[in-house]
Amino acid sequence: MRASFVFSEVVTGLRRNVTMTIAMILTTAISLGMFGGGLLLVRTIDKMQASYLDDVEVTVYLTQDISANDQNCTAEPCSTIRSSLENNQAVESVVFEDRDEAYERFQRIFEGQPELVELARPESLPASLHVKLFDPERSDVIVQEFGDQPGVANVDDQNKFLDRFFDLLNSGRDGTFIVAAIAALAAVLLIANTIQVSAYTRRTEVGIMRLVGATRWYTQLPFLLEAVVAGVIGAALGVVGLVGVKYIALDRIFEATGGAIPNIEIVDILFPVAPVLLGVSILISAVTGYVTLRAYVRT
Amino acid sequence: MIQLESVSKAYKTSTRPALDDVTVDVDKGEFVFLIGPSGSGKSTFLRLLLREEVPSKGRVSVSNFDVAKMPRRRVPRLRQTIGCVFQDFRLLNNKTVSENVAFALEVIGKPKHTITKVVPEVLELVGLDGKADRMPHELSGGEQQRVAMARAFVNRPLVLLADEPTGNLDPDTSQDIMLLLERINRTGTTVLMATHDHSIVDSMRRRVVELDNGKVIRDDRRGVYGVGR
Ligand SMILES: Nc1ncnc2c1ncn2[C@@H]1O[C@H](COP(=O)(O)OP(=O)(O)O)[C@@H](O)[C@H]1O
Ligand SMILES: [Mg+2]
Repeated sequence: MRASFVFSEVVTGLRRNVTMTIAMILTTAISLGMFGGGLLLVRTIDKMQASYLDDVEVTVYLTQDISANDQNCTAEPCSTIRSSLENNQAVESVVFEDRDEAYERFQRIFEGQPELVELARPESLPASLHVKLFDPERSDVIVQEFGDQPGVANVDDQNKFLDRFFDLLNSGRDGTFIVAAIAALAAVLLIANTIQVSAYTRRTEVGIMRLVGATRWYTQLPFLLEAVVAGVIGAALGVVGLVGVKYIALDRIFEATGGAIPNIEIVDILFPVAPVLLGVSILISAVTGYVTLRAYVRT
Repeated sequence: MIQLESVSKAYKTSTRPALDDVTVDVDKGEFVFLIGPSGSGKSTFLRLLLREEVPSKGRVSVSNFDVAKMPRRRVPRLRQTIGCVFQDFRLLNNKTVSENVAFALEVIGKPKHTITKVVPEVLELVGLDGKADRMPHELSGGEQQRVAMARAFVNRPLVLLADEPTGNLDPDTSQDIMLLLERINRTGTTVLMATHDHSIVDSMRRRVVELDNGKVIRDDRRGVYGVGR
C-alpha cells in the first residue's frame, strides 16, 4: 500500500467537495460536543451525588413551646421523640440542636449578609433534631412517622429537595444526549451522502483502478479515510468547543451556584472525554463509510 | 491462454442471449480479431474475460485463472495480467500523460522507483517520449489512444484486450495504432481486438473470429472481414 497515494487521494477528495466536507465536520463536531457535554454532566452528577448524600439529613423541627422551654430535650414530648428516633432501625444518629446553636449556625451561614443576621433573633429560630439515616433515600419513613407527632412543628427532608435538584440535572443530561443522538444521525447521513457523491465524482478513476487490478483496499480506502479524517477533525472541534463553552459559560454559571455544582476541570474534558469522543467518531465514520461503500458503490 | 467452453451469457434485462454457446481457444502470443456487427456480443466476450460479467453457463479461463469460478478477492490478480484499451480512451483528464500511465502502477502498489523507471520506457515504446507532461486535452485522438495503450501495457500483461480501439480514429491514425498493437503482440503478448473495421482486418491477415447474434459463425486462421460483403 502506497501511503502517499492514498493520502493525496484523501486530500483531493476532501477538497473537491469543500462545502459538503465542512457541513460533515461541523455536524460531527456539534454531535460529539453535545455527547461530550452529556458525559461531563454524568460525571458532575456522580460527584455531586457522592458528596451530597453523605451529608443529607432529615431535620425534625420542634414547636415554639419546646424550643423556648426545653433547653436539652429532656422533658416530654421531646425526649420521647428523640428516643424513638434513636431506636428507629433506619436511623444512624440523632443530634439535638437548641435555639442558640441554631442561631450560631444561622450566623455562620449568612456571614456575608449582615443585614439578615441583624434581623434574626434566637427566639425566632426553632430547636431541632438532626437525624442522619443509614440510607438517605429512605427518609420518607421518618417524615411519615414523625410529621404529625405532638411537639413537632414540621419535618424537613433535604433528600426531597436534592431529588428535585438531581431530577433537573438528570433531565438536562438526558436532553443533551437526545440532541447529541439527533445530531449524530444527521452526521451519519451526511457522511453517507458525502461518500456517495465522492464515489460518483471519482467514478472514472475508480473504474480505471478496478480495470488495472487495484484491490478493494486501494479503491475504497480513500473514501473510507475521507470519512474518518472528517470525523477526527470533527472530534477535535467538538473538544475545542467544549473547552470554549466551559470558559465562556459553564464556569460562570457554576460559580453563581456558590459551589453547589462542582466546576468542570480541563482535565475532565481532556480525559476521559476527549479520547472517548475521538474513538466514537472514528468508529462511527469508519462503520458508516464501510456500510455505504458496501451498499452503494460497486467494487 | 484464453479459453471459452460452451459459454452463454444472458443479461437479466434482455430475452435474447448476448453470447450463445461460444467455444473459442486462443493460444499464447496469438493476435485475434473479434468481428461482427454492433450488438453481436463482442464487448460481452471481452467483459467475460475481465470478469466484469460472469457467464450464465460454460467455462472461461485466462492464463491459469478459472475466471467464472474464482473468488472475488482474486479478481484484481486476474486483471493485473490483462491490459485493456477502449474506443473512448478512458484517460484521467486532470493528470498528465505520464501520470496517467503511472496511475495504473500506483494503484496496484508498485514501488516508486519501478514506476519512475518503466513509465518513460513504455512512453517511448508507444512513441510519446516527448509528450510525457502534456495533458490529455492537448493531444490528438491517436495520441490519446497511445497513452491508453501505454497504460494497458506498462505492467507487461499476458493479454491485451482492445475493444474497438480505432473506432474514434481516422484511417491513417488507425493504421498507426494497429502497428503499435502488432509491436506489442511481437513481445509475446496475446492480443484480442474487437472491431468492425473491414479494412483493418483485411490488411492484417490474422485470425478472425466472427460473431453474429452471440454465436460464433466463423473462425479463420488468416481471415478477412467478410467474403462478398
Ligand atoms: N449491460 C447490459 N445489459 C443488458 N444487455 C446488454 C448489456 N450489455 C450488452 N447488452 C446486450 O447484449 C448484446 C451484445 O452486446 P455487446 O456485447 O455490447 O455487443 P457488441 O460489443 O458486439 O456491439 C446486445 O444485444 C446488447 O443490447
Ligand atoms: Mg461493443
